[in-house]
Amino acid sequence: MPKSKVFASFADAVSDIPDGSVIGFGGFAVVGMPINLYKALAEQGAKRITCVSNGTRGGSTMPSDAPTMEWLIGNDQVSKVICSFTAPTRASQKLVFSEYYEKGLIQAELVPQGTLAERLRAAGAGIPAFYTPAAVGTELAEGRETRVFNGREYLLEEALPLDYAFIRAWQADSFGNLRFRRSQRNFNPLMAMAAKVTVVEVEEDILPSGAIDPDDVHLPGIYVQRMVKVPPPPEGWWPQRPGELAKQEGERSAR
Amino acid sequence: MSDAKGLSRQQMCDRLAMEFEDGWVVNLGIGIPTLCSNYDFGDKQIIFHAENGVIGYGPLTGAGKEDLHLVNAGGQHVTLNPGAAIVHHADSFGLIRSGRIDVTVLGAYEVAENGDFANWKMAGQKGGGIGGAMDLAACAKHVFVAMEQVTRNGRPRLVERCAIPVTAKGVVNLVITNYGLFEITPDGMALREIAPGVSVDEVKAATGCNLLIPSEVPPVKSRS
Repeated sequence: MPKSKVFASFADAVSDIPDGSVIGFGGFAVVGMPINLYKALAEQGAKRITCVSNGTRGGSTMPSDAPTMEWLIGNDQVSKVICSFTAPTRASQKLVFSEYYEKGLIQAELVPQGTLAERLRAAGAGIPAFYTPAAVGTELAEGRETRVFNGREYLLEEALPLDYAFIRAWQADSFGNLRFRRSQRNFNPLMAMAAKVTVVEVEEDILPSGAIDPDDVHLPGIYVQRMVKVPPPPEGWWPQRPGELAKQEGERSAR
Repeated sequence: MSDAKGLSRQQMCDRLAMEFEDGWVVNLGIGIPTLCSNYDFGDKQIIFHAENGVIGYGPLTGAGKEDLHLVNAGGQHVTLNPGAAIVHHADSFGLIRSGRIDVTVLGAYEVAENGDFANWKMAGQKGGGIGGAMDLAACAKHVFVAMEQVTRNGRPRLVERCAIPVTAKGVVNLVITNYGLFEITPDGMALREIAPGVSVDEVKAATGCNLLIPSEVPPVKSRS
Protein backbone atom coordinates (compact mmCIF):
# COMPACT_ATOMS: atom_id res chain seq x y z
CA MET A 1 0.00 0.00 0.00
CA PRO A 2 1.69 3.25 -1.08
CA LYS A 3 1.96 6.15 1.33
CA SER A 4 -1.06 8.45 1.27
CA LYS A 5 -0.67 11.66 -0.71
CA VAL A 6 -3.17 13.39 1.56
CA PHE A 7 -1.54 15.52 4.24
CA ALA A 8 -3.36 16.71 7.36
CA SER A 9 -2.12 20.29 7.19
CA PHE A 10 -0.32 22.75 4.97
CA ALA A 11 2.45 22.93 7.58
CA ASP A 12 3.01 19.15 7.24
CA ALA A 13 3.00 19.37 3.44
CA VAL A 14 5.81 21.96 3.32
CA SER A 15 7.80 21.04 6.45
CA ASP A 16 10.81 19.61 4.55
CA ILE A 17 11.20 22.26 1.82
CA PRO A 18 14.94 23.05 1.92
CA ASP A 19 16.67 26.42 1.60
CA GLY A 20 17.62 27.25 -1.99
CA SER A 21 14.62 25.49 -3.58
CA VAL A 22 13.21 26.55 -6.95
CA ILE A 23 9.45 26.71 -6.43
CA GLY A 24 6.76 27.37 -9.04
CA PHE A 25 3.47 28.89 -7.92
CA GLY A 26 0.38 28.48 -10.12
CA GLY A 27 -2.43 30.95 -10.48
CA PHE A 28 -3.40 33.96 -12.57
CA ALA A 29 -5.10 37.08 -11.16
CA VAL A 30 -6.02 35.28 -7.90
CA VAL A 31 -7.75 32.36 -9.66
CA GLY A 32 -5.91 29.13 -8.89
CA MET A 33 -3.32 30.81 -6.68
CA PRO A 34 -2.01 28.57 -3.86
CA ILE A 35 -2.83 31.15 -1.18
CA ASN A 36 -2.66 28.69 1.71
CA LEU A 37 0.67 27.27 0.59
CA TYR A 38 2.17 30.78 0.45
CA LYS A 39 1.15 31.18 4.09
CA ALA A 40 2.52 27.78 5.09
CA LEU A 41 5.86 28.47 3.40
CA ALA A 42 6.09 31.90 5.05
CA GLU A 43 5.63 30.17 8.41
CA GLN A 44 8.01 27.33 7.53
CA GLY A 45 10.74 29.87 6.76
CA ALA A 46 12.84 28.28 3.99
CA LYS A 47 15.42 30.79 2.68
CA ARG A 48 17.07 31.67 -0.66
CA ILE A 49 14.04 30.51 -2.62
CA THR A 50 13.67 31.13 -6.35
CA CYS A 51 10.00 31.87 -7.03
CA VAL A 52 8.54 31.16 -10.47
CA SER A 53 5.12 32.65 -11.11
CA ASN A 54 3.24 34.94 -13.49
CA GLY A 55 3.61 37.88 -11.11
CA THR A 56 4.78 38.69 -7.60
CA ARG A 57 1.36 39.36 -6.12
CA GLY A 58 -2.08 38.28 -7.19
CA GLY A 59 -4.68 40.72 -8.34
CA SER A 60 -7.25 43.19 -7.18
CA THR A 61 -9.73 40.63 -5.86
CA MET A 62 -7.19 39.34 -3.36
CA PRO A 63 -7.79 40.65 0.18
CA SER A 64 -4.98 43.08 1.03
CA ASP A 65 -3.91 40.91 3.98
CA ALA A 66 -4.01 37.61 2.03
CA PRO A 67 -0.80 35.59 1.85
CA THR A 68 1.02 35.96 -1.48
CA MET A 69 4.61 35.86 -2.72
CA GLU A 70 4.90 39.31 -1.12
CA TRP A 71 4.88 37.63 2.31
CA LEU A 72 7.85 35.45 1.36
CA ILE A 73 9.75 38.44 -0.04
CA GLY A 74 9.02 40.56 3.02
CA ASN A 75 10.29 37.68 5.20
CA ASP A 76 13.65 37.76 3.36
CA GLN A 77 12.98 34.23 2.08
CA VAL A 78 13.34 34.95 -1.65
CA SER A 79 16.60 35.49 -3.55
CA LYS A 80 15.17 35.53 -7.08
CA VAL A 81 11.89 35.73 -8.96
CA ILE A 82 11.18 34.56 -12.52
CA CYS A 83 7.96 36.29 -13.65
CA SER A 84 6.21 38.03 -16.56
CA PHE A 85 5.51 41.03 -14.30
CA THR A 86 8.30 42.54 -12.18
CA ALA A 87 6.67 45.95 -11.86
CA PRO A 88 3.23 47.01 -10.63
CA THR A 89 0.47 46.86 -13.25
CA ARG A 90 -0.98 50.13 -11.92
CA ALA A 91 0.98 53.20 -10.79
CA SER A 92 -1.00 53.21 -7.53
CA GLN A 93 0.03 49.63 -6.69
CA LYS A 94 2.83 49.29 -4.14
CA LEU A 95 4.75 46.03 -4.16
CA VAL A 96 7.05 44.69 -1.45
CA PHE A 97 8.93 43.17 -4.37
CA SER A 98 9.67 46.62 -5.87
CA GLU A 99 11.17 47.86 -2.58
CA TYR A 100 13.52 44.87 -2.44
CA TYR A 101 14.35 45.05 -6.14
CA GLU A 102 15.21 48.75 -6.04
CA LYS A 103 17.53 48.13 -3.08
CA GLY A 104 19.21 45.24 -4.92
CA LEU A 105 18.08 42.70 -2.32
CA ILE A 106 16.45 40.39 -4.84
CA GLN A 107 17.18 39.26 -8.40
CA ALA A 108 14.54 39.20 -11.09
CA GLU A 109 14.28 37.49 -14.46
CA LEU A 110 11.56 39.02 -16.59
CA VAL A 111 10.06 36.59 -19.11
CA PRO A 112 7.23 37.02 -21.64
CA GLN A 113 4.19 35.14 -20.35
CA GLY A 114 3.98 32.68 -23.23
CA THR A 115 7.69 31.98 -22.97
CA LEU A 116 7.31 31.34 -19.23
CA ALA A 117 4.48 28.87 -19.88
CA GLU A 118 6.43 27.12 -22.64
CA ARG A 119 9.64 26.93 -20.60
CA LEU A 120 7.65 25.12 -17.91
CA ARG A 121 5.90 22.91 -20.47
CA ALA A 122 9.28 22.05 -22.01
CA ALA A 123 10.69 21.08 -18.60
CA GLY A 124 7.70 18.81 -18.08
CA ALA A 125 8.00 17.35 -21.56
CA GLY A 126 11.70 16.47 -21.64
CA ILE A 127 12.58 19.27 -24.06
CA PRO A 128 15.74 21.18 -23.04
CA ALA A 129 15.15 24.28 -25.16
CA PHE A 130 13.03 25.73 -27.95
CA TYR A 131 12.84 28.72 -30.29
CA THR A 132 10.10 31.35 -30.03
CA PRO A 133 9.33 34.56 -31.94
CA ALA A 134 8.39 36.39 -28.73
CA ALA A 135 10.86 39.07 -27.57
CA VAL A 136 12.90 39.01 -30.81
CA GLY A 137 14.28 42.52 -31.43
CA THR A 138 13.73 43.61 -27.82
CA GLU A 139 16.04 44.34 -24.90
CA LEU A 140 15.35 40.82 -23.57
CA ALA A 141 16.99 39.26 -26.64
CA GLU A 142 20.22 41.30 -26.49
CA GLY A 143 23.32 39.09 -26.64
CA ARG A 144 21.28 35.90 -26.88
CA GLU A 145 21.15 33.15 -29.47
CA THR A 146 18.66 33.56 -32.28
CA ARG A 147 18.13 31.51 -35.40
CA VAL A 148 16.25 32.03 -38.63
CA PHE A 149 13.69 29.41 -39.67
CA ASN A 150 11.71 29.90 -42.89
CA GLY A 151 12.90 33.48 -43.12
CA ARG A 152 11.84 34.49 -39.62
CA GLU A 153 14.04 35.12 -36.58
CA TYR A 154 13.43 33.17 -33.37
CA LEU A 155 14.96 33.39 -29.89
CA LEU A 156 16.37 30.36 -28.07
CA GLU A 157 14.75 29.74 -24.69
CA GLU A 158 15.64 27.03 -22.20
CA ALA A 159 13.36 24.76 -20.18
CA LEU A 160 12.63 25.84 -16.61
CA PRO A 161 12.63 22.83 -14.29
CA LEU A 162 11.33 23.24 -10.74
CA ASP A 163 12.11 21.51 -7.46
CA TYR A 164 8.58 22.06 -6.19
CA ALA A 165 5.25 23.19 -7.63
CA PHE A 166 2.67 24.76 -5.32
CA ILE A 167 -0.72 24.73 -7.00
CA ARG A 168 -4.45 24.97 -6.32
CA ALA A 169 -7.11 22.69 -7.82
CA TRP A 170 -10.86 22.31 -7.65
CA GLN A 171 -11.27 18.52 -7.39
CA ALA A 172 -8.88 15.69 -6.59
CA ASP A 173 -9.03 11.99 -5.93
CA SER A 174 -6.74 10.24 -3.46
CA PHE A 175 -4.40 9.19 -6.29
CA GLY A 176 -3.81 12.88 -7.05
CA ASN A 177 -5.77 13.10 -10.29
CA LEU A 178 -6.86 16.73 -10.54
CA ARG A 179 -9.54 18.83 -12.13
CA PHE A 180 -9.48 22.61 -12.36
CA ARG A 181 -12.53 24.80 -12.78
CA ARG A 182 -12.86 27.55 -15.43
CA SER A 183 -9.77 29.77 -15.66
CA GLN A 184 -8.24 28.09 -12.59
CA ARG A 185 -6.20 25.80 -14.83
CA ASN A 186 -3.84 28.54 -16.13
CA PHE A 187 -0.23 27.75 -15.05
CA ASN A 188 -1.19 25.06 -12.51
CA PRO A 189 -0.74 21.84 -14.54
CA LEU A 190 2.41 23.26 -16.18
CA MET A 191 4.03 24.00 -12.82
CA ALA A 192 3.23 20.46 -11.68
CA MET A 193 4.65 18.84 -14.80
CA ALA A 194 7.88 20.88 -14.50
CA ALA A 195 8.41 19.95 -10.83
CA LYS A 196 9.97 17.05 -8.97
CA VAL A 197 7.41 17.39 -6.17
CA THR A 198 3.94 18.92 -6.52
CA VAL A 199 1.96 20.12 -3.52
CA VAL A 200 -1.73 20.85 -4.13
CA GLU A 201 -4.30 22.78 -2.14
CA VAL A 202 -7.65 21.23 -3.03
CA GLU A 203 -10.94 23.12 -2.80
CA GLU A 204 -13.41 20.23 -2.60
CA ASP A 205 -13.26 17.17 -0.35
CA ILE A 206 -10.67 14.74 -1.71
CA LEU A 207 -12.51 11.95 -3.49
CA PRO A 208 -11.76 8.21 -3.39
CA SER A 209 -9.37 7.00 -6.10
CA GLY A 210 -11.30 6.41 -9.32
CA ALA A 211 -14.09 8.86 -8.54
CA ILE A 212 -12.96 11.11 -11.38
CA ASP A 213 -13.55 9.59 -14.80
CA PRO A 214 -10.17 9.08 -16.52
CA ASP A 215 -11.40 11.10 -19.52
CA ASP A 216 -12.08 14.07 -17.25
CA VAL A 217 -8.69 14.26 -15.51
CA HIS A 218 -6.86 17.52 -16.29
CA LEU A 219 -3.63 16.56 -14.51
CA PRO A 220 -2.81 12.88 -13.90
CA GLY A 221 -1.96 11.92 -10.33
CA ILE A 222 1.52 10.71 -11.26
CA TYR A 223 2.53 14.40 -11.22
CA VAL A 224 1.10 14.96 -7.73
CA GLN A 225 2.83 13.97 -4.48
CA ARG A 226 1.07 15.92 -1.72
CA MET A 227 -2.44 17.27 -1.24
CA VAL A 228 -4.22 19.22 1.48
CA LYS A 229 -7.92 20.08 1.56
CA VAL A 230 -8.44 23.84 2.03
CA PRO A 231 -10.38 24.34 5.28
CA PRO A 232 -13.33 26.76 5.32
CA PRO A 233 -12.53 30.40 6.19
CA PRO A 234 -11.16 31.89 8.35
CA GLU A 235 -8.72 28.98 8.76
CA GLY A 236 -8.35 28.50 5.02
CA TRP A 237 -7.90 31.26 2.45
CA TRP A 238 -10.44 31.56 -0.38
CA PRO A 239 -10.87 34.21 -3.11
CA GLN A 240 -13.70 36.67 -2.46
CA ARG A 241 -16.28 38.44 -4.60
CA PRO A 242 -15.12 42.03 -5.26
CA GLY A 243 -18.19 43.46 -3.47
CA GLU A 244 -17.67 41.32 -0.37
CA LEU A 245 -14.00 42.17 -0.43
CA ALA A 246 -14.67 45.92 -0.53
CA LYS A 247 -17.05 45.50 2.42
CA GLN A 248 -14.48 43.50 4.41
CA GLU A 249 -11.70 45.97 3.65
CA GLY A 250 -14.02 48.80 4.77
CA GLU A 251 -14.76 47.01 8.04
CA ARG A 252 -11.07 46.34 8.54
CA SER A 253 -10.08 49.99 8.04
CA ALA A 254 -12.95 51.11 10.32
CA ARG A 255 -11.59 48.99 13.16
CA MET B 1 -7.30 61.35 -18.27
CA SER B 2 -4.43 63.49 -19.49
CA ASP B 3 -6.35 65.29 -22.20
CA ALA B 4 -10.13 65.39 -22.43
CA LYS B 5 -10.08 66.56 -26.06
CA GLY B 6 -11.58 64.40 -28.78
CA LEU B 7 -12.82 60.85 -28.38
CA SER B 8 -13.69 59.14 -25.11
CA ARG B 9 -11.96 55.85 -24.38
CA GLN B 10 -15.13 53.96 -25.28
CA GLN B 11 -15.41 55.83 -28.60
CA MET B 12 -11.77 54.99 -29.30
CA CYS B 13 -12.40 51.31 -28.70
CA ASP B 14 -15.67 51.34 -30.63
CA ARG B 15 -13.76 52.59 -33.68
CA LEU B 16 -11.25 49.75 -33.50
CA ALA B 17 -14.01 47.22 -32.83
CA MET B 18 -15.64 48.23 -36.15
CA GLU B 19 -12.57 46.78 -37.88
CA PHE B 20 -13.11 43.30 -36.40
CA GLU B 21 -14.39 40.89 -39.03
CA ASP B 22 -16.98 38.16 -38.65
CA GLY B 23 -15.42 35.07 -37.06
CA TRP B 24 -12.27 36.80 -35.85
CA VAL B 25 -10.52 35.60 -32.72
CA VAL B 26 -9.72 38.75 -30.74
CA ASN B 27 -7.37 39.24 -27.80
CA LEU B 28 -7.78 42.43 -25.76
CA GLY B 29 -4.97 43.77 -23.59
CA ILE B 30 -5.63 45.12 -20.13
CA GLY B 31 -6.58 48.77 -19.67
CA ILE B 32 -8.29 50.80 -22.43
CA PRO B 33 -8.52 47.87 -24.93
CA THR B 34 -10.92 45.87 -22.73
CA LEU B 35 -13.61 48.42 -23.70
CA CYS B 36 -13.67 46.92 -27.23
CA SER B 37 -15.82 44.09 -25.89
CA ASN B 38 -18.63 46.59 -25.07
CA TYR B 39 -19.18 47.29 -28.77
CA ASP B 40 -22.39 45.89 -30.29
CA PHE B 41 -21.12 43.56 -33.01
CA GLY B 42 -24.62 42.84 -34.34
CA ASP B 43 -24.62 39.70 -36.48
CA LYS B 44 -20.83 39.33 -36.44
CA GLN B 45 -19.48 36.47 -34.36
CA ILE B 46 -16.42 37.66 -32.47
CA ILE B 47 -14.53 35.16 -30.30
CA PHE B 48 -12.72 36.79 -27.40
CA HIS B 49 -9.61 34.98 -26.23
CA ALA B 50 -7.94 35.76 -22.90
CA GLU B 51 -4.30 34.83 -22.33
CA ASN B 52 -5.22 32.80 -19.24
CA GLY B 53 -6.77 30.22 -21.55
CA VAL B 54 -10.39 31.32 -21.92
CA ILE B 55 -11.63 31.07 -25.50
CA GLY B 56 -15.05 32.65 -26.03
CA TYR B 57 -15.69 34.80 -22.99
CA GLY B 58 -18.65 37.17 -22.88
CA PRO B 59 -19.67 40.33 -21.01
CA LEU B 60 -18.54 41.17 -17.49
CA THR B 61 -20.69 39.64 -14.74
CA GLY B 62 -23.02 41.75 -12.65
CA ALA B 63 -22.01 42.62 -9.09
CA GLY B 64 -22.60 39.70 -6.75
CA LYS B 65 -22.83 37.23 -9.66
CA GLU B 66 -19.09 36.75 -10.17
CA ASP B 67 -17.84 33.22 -10.77
CA LEU B 68 -14.73 33.22 -8.58
CA HIS B 69 -13.03 30.70 -10.88
CA LEU B 70 -13.40 32.81 -14.01
CA VAL B 71 -11.54 35.97 -15.01
CA ASN B 72 -10.24 37.57 -18.19
CA ALA B 73 -6.64 38.72 -18.70
CA GLY B 74 -7.28 41.85 -16.63
CA GLY B 75 -8.60 39.82 -13.68
CA GLN B 76 -12.17 41.00 -14.36
CA HIS B 77 -14.93 38.49 -13.74
CA VAL B 78 -16.52 37.59 -17.06
CA THR B 79 -19.17 35.23 -18.40
CA LEU B 80 -18.76 32.48 -20.97
CA ASN B 81 -20.50 32.57 -24.32
CA PRO B 82 -22.07 29.36 -25.71
CA GLY B 83 -19.27 27.34 -27.33
CA ALA B 84 -16.56 28.60 -24.97
CA ALA B 85 -13.59 26.39 -24.14
CA ILE B 86 -10.75 26.60 -21.65
CA VAL B 87 -7.13 25.51 -21.99
CA HIS B 88 -4.01 25.86 -19.84
CA HIS B 89 -1.46 28.62 -20.28
CA ALA B 90 0.91 26.76 -22.61
CA ASP B 91 -1.93 25.90 -25.00
CA SER B 92 -3.28 29.43 -24.72
CA PHE B 93 0.06 30.83 -25.90
CA GLY B 94 0.46 27.98 -28.35
CA LEU B 95 -2.59 29.25 -30.17
CA ILE B 96 -1.22 32.80 -30.00
CA ARG B 97 2.20 31.84 -31.43
CA SER B 98 0.72 29.65 -34.15
CA GLY B 99 -1.24 32.58 -35.57
CA ARG B 100 -4.79 31.80 -34.39
CA ILE B 101 -5.32 35.35 -33.08
CA ASP B 102 -6.71 37.58 -35.83
CA VAL B 103 -6.18 40.78 -33.89
CA THR B 104 -4.78 41.87 -30.58
CA VAL B 105 -5.61 45.31 -29.21
CA LEU B 106 -2.96 46.58 -26.80
CA GLY B 107 -2.25 49.70 -24.83
CA ALA B 108 1.08 51.49 -25.36
CA TYR B 109 3.36 54.22 -24.06
CA GLU B 110 4.77 54.94 -27.52
CA VAL B 111 4.18 53.89 -31.13
CA ALA B 112 6.79 54.69 -33.77
CA GLU B 113 6.14 55.53 -37.42
CA ASN B 114 7.81 52.24 -38.46
CA GLY B 115 5.34 50.14 -36.44
CA ASP B 116 7.58 49.55 -33.40
CA PHE B 117 5.80 50.07 -30.09
CA ALA B 118 6.61 50.10 -26.41
CA ASN B 119 4.28 49.11 -23.59
CA TRP B 120 6.16 47.14 -20.93
CA LYS B 121 8.66 49.44 -19.31
CA MET B 122 8.53 53.16 -18.59
CA ALA B 123 11.64 55.34 -18.85
CA GLY B 124 13.94 54.74 -15.89
CA GLN B 125 11.79 51.95 -14.46
CA LYS B 126 13.48 48.94 -12.87
CA GLY B 127 11.67 45.77 -13.83
CA GLY B 128 8.68 45.76 -16.12
CA GLY B 129 5.31 44.30 -16.91
CA ILE B 130 5.37 42.25 -20.07
CA GLY B 131 2.55 39.83 -19.41
CA GLY B 132 1.50 38.35 -22.73
CA ALA B 133 2.22 41.46 -24.82
CA MET B 134 5.45 40.29 -26.48
CA ASP B 135 3.95 36.96 -27.56
CA LEU B 136 0.77 38.64 -28.82
CA ALA B 137 2.56 41.47 -30.61
CA ALA B 138 4.98 39.10 -32.35
CA CYS B 139 2.35 36.62 -33.48
CA ALA B 140 -1.15 38.10 -33.91
CA LYS B 141 -2.22 38.66 -37.53
CA HIS B 142 -3.07 42.30 -36.76
CA VAL B 143 -1.84 44.51 -33.94
CA PHE B 144 -3.99 47.51 -33.01
CA VAL B 145 -3.07 50.03 -30.34
CA ALA B 146 -5.44 52.14 -28.24
CA MET B 147 -3.83 54.97 -26.25
CA GLU B 148 -4.07 58.67 -25.46
CA GLN B 149 -2.50 61.04 -28.01
CA VAL B 150 -0.10 62.55 -25.45
CA THR B 151 1.32 61.66 -22.05
CA ARG B 152 0.21 63.27 -18.80
CA ASN B 153 3.01 65.81 -19.38
CA GLY B 154 1.83 66.58 -22.89
CA ARG B 155 4.55 64.64 -24.71
CA PRO B 156 3.44 62.94 -27.97
CA ARG B 157 3.12 59.16 -27.87
CA LEU B 158 3.32 58.85 -31.66
CA VAL B 159 7.06 59.18 -32.34
CA GLU B 160 9.77 58.72 -34.98
CA ARG B 161 11.55 56.04 -32.95
CA CYS B 162 10.65 54.60 -29.54
CA ALA B 163 12.83 56.08 -26.79
CA ILE B 164 11.94 53.32 -24.31
CA PRO B 165 12.44 49.56 -24.75
CA VAL B 166 10.16 48.13 -27.44
CA THR B 167 7.67 45.29 -27.08
CA ALA B 168 8.01 44.25 -30.73
CA LYS B 169 9.35 45.78 -33.93
CA GLY B 170 7.36 46.79 -36.98
CA VAL B 171 4.12 45.08 -35.97
CA VAL B 172 1.52 47.81 -35.40
CA ASN B 173 -1.13 48.26 -38.09
CA LEU B 174 -3.63 50.72 -36.62
CA VAL B 175 -3.56 53.19 -33.74
CA ILE B 176 -6.57 54.92 -32.23
CA THR B 177 -6.06 57.89 -29.92
CA ASN B 178 -8.46 60.48 -28.59
CA TYR B 179 -7.30 62.64 -31.58
CA GLY B 180 -7.90 60.21 -34.40
CA LEU B 181 -7.20 56.99 -36.27
CA PHE B 182 -3.69 56.39 -37.61
CA GLU B 183 -2.43 53.67 -39.94
CA ILE B 184 1.17 52.47 -40.20
CA THR B 185 1.88 52.19 -43.93
CA PRO B 186 5.06 51.24 -45.82
CA ASP B 187 5.55 55.00 -46.39
CA GLY B 188 5.08 56.00 -42.75
CA MET B 189 2.29 56.95 -40.40
CA ALA B 190 -0.93 58.16 -41.98
CA LEU B 191 -3.76 60.11 -40.37
CA ARG B 192 -6.87 58.28 -41.59
CA GLU B 193 -9.68 59.85 -39.55
CA ILE B 194 -9.86 62.77 -37.15
CA ALA B 195 -11.83 63.16 -33.93
CA PRO B 196 -14.65 65.72 -33.82
CA GLY B 197 -13.48 69.02 -32.35
CA VAL B 198 -9.82 68.39 -33.18
CA SER B 199 -8.05 70.20 -36.03
CA VAL B 200 -5.36 68.77 -38.28
CA ASP B 201 -2.93 71.35 -36.89
CA GLU B 202 -3.68 70.17 -33.36
CA VAL B 203 -3.01 66.57 -34.39
CA LYS B 204 0.30 67.60 -35.97
CA ALA B 205 1.31 69.59 -32.89
CA ALA B 206 0.57 66.60 -30.66
CA THR B 207 2.46 64.10 -32.84
CA GLY B 208 6.20 63.44 -32.63
CA CYS B 209 6.72 62.15 -36.16
CA ASN B 210 5.92 63.07 -39.73
CA LEU B 211 2.32 62.32 -40.70
CA LEU B 212 0.92 61.50 -44.11
CA ILE B 213 -2.22 63.66 -44.26
CA PRO B 214 -4.70 63.60 -47.16
CA SER B 215 -6.21 66.89 -48.32
CA GLU B 216 -9.53 65.93 -46.75
CA VAL B 217 -9.41 63.98 -43.46
CA PRO B 218 -12.78 62.33 -42.74
CA PRO B 219 -14.17 62.34 -39.19
CA VAL B 220 -13.72 59.22 -37.07
CA LYS B 221 -16.48 56.81 -38.06
CA SER B 222 -19.00 56.45 -35.28
CA ARG B 223 -21.35 53.55 -34.49
CA SER B 224 -23.61 53.06 -37.44
